[in-house]
Amino acid sequence: MSLPHAVGSTIFSFARYLGDLALLAAETLRGIVKGQIRFRLVIQQIYEIGYRSQLVVLITGGFTGAVFATQTFFQFHRLEMDTAVGPVVSVSMFRELGPVLCGLMVAGRVGAAMSAELGTMKVTEQIDALRALAVHPVDYLVLPRFLAMLVSMPLLVAECIAVGIVAAYFVTTQILGVSEVYYLSNMLHFTGGRDVAMGLIKGVVFGVLIVFISCHQGLNAREGAVGVGRATTEAVVIGSLFILIVNFFLTMTLNIFFPAGK
Amino acid sequence: MSQYFHRKESIVVENLVQTIGGQEILRGFSLKVYEGETLVLLGRSGGGKSVFLRHLIGLMQPVSGSIVVGGRDIIALKEREMAPVRRSMGMLFQNGALFDSMSVADNVAFPLRERGETDEAVVKTKVEGALQMVDLDGQQKKMPVNLSGGMRKRVALARALVNEPRCMLYDEPTAGLDPIVADSIDLLIRRLQRKLGVTSIVVTHDMKSAFTIADHVALLHEGRCYFYGTCEQLRDSTDPVIRDFVQGRSHDEP
Repeated sequence: MSLPHAVGSTIFSFARYLGDLALLAAETLRGIVKGQIRFRLVIQQIYEIGYRSQLVVLITGGFTGAVFATQTFFQFHRLEMDTAVGPVVSVSMFRELGPVLCGLMVAGRVGAAMSAELGTMKVTEQIDALRALAVHPVDYLVLPRFLAMLVSMPLLVAECIAVGIVAAYFVTTQILGVSEVYYLSNMLHFTGGRDVAMGLIKGVVFGVLIVFISCHQGLNAREGAVGVGRATTEAVVIGSLFILIVNFFLTMTLNIFFPAGK
Repeated sequence: MSQYFHRKESIVVENLVQTIGGQEILRGFSLKVYEGETLVLLGRSGGGKSVFLRHLIGLMQPVSGSIVVGGRDIIALKEREMAPVRRSMGMLFQNGALFDSMSVADNVAFPLRERGETDEAVVKTKVEGALQMVDLDGQQKKMPVNLSGGMRKRVALARALVNEPRCMLYDEPTAGLDPIVADSIDLLIRRLQRKLGVTSIVVTHDMKSAFTIADHVALLHEGRCYFYGTCEQLRDSTDPVIRDFVQGRSHDEP
């Protein structure tokens, strides 16, 4: 295969993949418009996605906050800017670390589970059974996961950020000896609603990406156990990469509406 | 069985062509199924019988051809538009295709609940009735993973029947069952036809079952309808392909 041909076909298949995701999203929205919401399933999924992901997200947030505060302190201490650790940690937790790390953890935990479950249903004909029973698989499987993610993700991101900031505060003031009052007042002075908004919006976008990427992989799984394994791996890999890539563009765009440090 | 010829056609399939992985599975397959009859579709393994059945309920789209179900061409219908057609039909999958996250009772209750039945007492009664039909009442709480292959198939049958479909598609209903249960399934198919006028299309290799339940028999051979007729015509046929199939002869050297 020649180089232009290889590049061309990669771009083509990527465009087709994006189109597939868009169609899945459109079908999900169509289901909502047609009133195909099964609240029992949405609650069940909130439990699976939101409630059961908390431990992972809290640990991630807490230790990231702690280690980030420590490293920042080591650098800032030389410049005698100890109390600047607060705002640096809180702004970066809100704007980047919280949503991205939470997104990556959810992609690993929830995304993998989603694609494995849907993939298994696909290869054991359970999806066909749904269709034969006049139930649209997207309405029954994707829609509740989508709505549950919309509810869960902002809360998970908020928890992740909160625990990160608390851990950073604890480490900086109690272990590294920075003044509590200055730390807090500086942090609150430089952190605003714009940072909170950015974190939560990013979280929702990442959550939506995870749902559609994972469900798409699951619904298109084929060739038995190997296929389900492949779908699951791809869901996590593609989900994580999309989060990292989209995050950059999201930062650039959202910074127009919620400029940093003003 | 000439009494069926004046009946209304329930399903009319014309020139169905389907290709899977570059191989032509169906090469212009045509078939008519009359209302209230039981049609048995015979054919070699991997010959496209199951593939054909999946087209009838819109699970697969053919390359070309037409399928008219109850006077409506279903080929052009979108997934959401298929729902009313599917509600009048039931399908028994080869391996049951039970929802493995749900108990037996929830599997059978699924179509009822999905069609808006909220009275749990009604659901419970109907589930019991459906499970009784397949001789599995009392197994409500079991999970599919704890059932044998034959039991799964019967639960799947109960699930397909619970909403009393007008037309049933069976994909090898008796394969893997012991002869006694297989016979009771045959009798059930017969009873549904006699009592409720259910149209049935049964894909099978089981010749005994075919002769018990069929009003008409079709033989799918090399992607086409090779034979269509009654059980008597099938039994009396002198065509070598049909004779080999009916008598189960392979022509391989021992």
